[in-house]
Amino acid sequence: MTISEIQTVLNAKILCGEDKITQTIDRAFASDLMSDVLTLKSDDIMLLTGLCNIQTVRTMEMADLNTVIFVRGKKATEDMIDIAKENDMIVLQTECSMFRTCGILYEAGIKPVF
Amino acid sequence: MMNFEYPVQAGDFTNAGSASSSVKKTLKQLNVDPSIIKRVVVALYEAEVNVVAHSHGGTIYVVIDNDKIAIKLEDKGPGIPDIDLAMTVGYSTASPQVREMGFGAGMGLPNIKHNVDYLDVKSEVNVGTIVEMIVNF
Repeated sequence: MTISEIQTVLNAKILCGEDKITQTIDRAFASDLMSDVLTLKSDDIMLLTGLCNIQTVRTMEMADLNTVIFVRGKKATEDMIDIAKENDMIVLQTECSMFRTCGILYEAGIKPVF
Repeated sequence: MMNFEYPVQAGDFTNAGSASSSVKKTLKQLNVDPSIIKRVVVALYEAEVNVVAHSHGGTIYVVIDNDKIAIKLEDKGPGIPDIDLAMTVGYSTASPQVREMGFGAGMGLPNIKHNVDYLDVKSEVNVGTIVEMIVNF
């Protein structure tokens, strides 16, 4: 699924990485626990989270994750977007809940990590 | 051999991870294998967050050699009364503030151990903690 398709099905805003909307995503991991995210072995994974603070993007940087969707309309701060840009990340924001986001993406063919 | 030193402020969650970020950039510049970089920075980041979350402040010392990276995190603070217990998955003494930042689930030290080739944790209650780790390239 491309970032552009994900944006459409979730009615999401792209906060950063508009130039990468043709990139494809196969797998996602949903968590608000960053220590859990830091245990992921692969790095071609999209993160879905309701945790919207600077440690979310720091965790992504350390775990080599480059795409995140903030659910429930959580607003990323300027500091977060700066770090995201510095690391070539794609940041999306949707009003959908975590459960709805996971359901829509799962139905659309995005695979789980485990 | 390259030496770096990073001060870490207690409770400064805005900057937690900046040392790990800097080490990551350096290792990338040195063309270290990306899977090894990830192990180093995941372990260092968890440890850096621990210093921010649990100590009264400390310092991270990093030595990069041709064949390995050695990291020492030295903090002043309450220390760890029972290191074996702290190494247990799920055991945590983290504050609600730490949990709000997405940590404090008792996964940090076990995750550090999983990612490094050598780990040593020394601690004295009401004095501080020294965490030493090595990852071979």
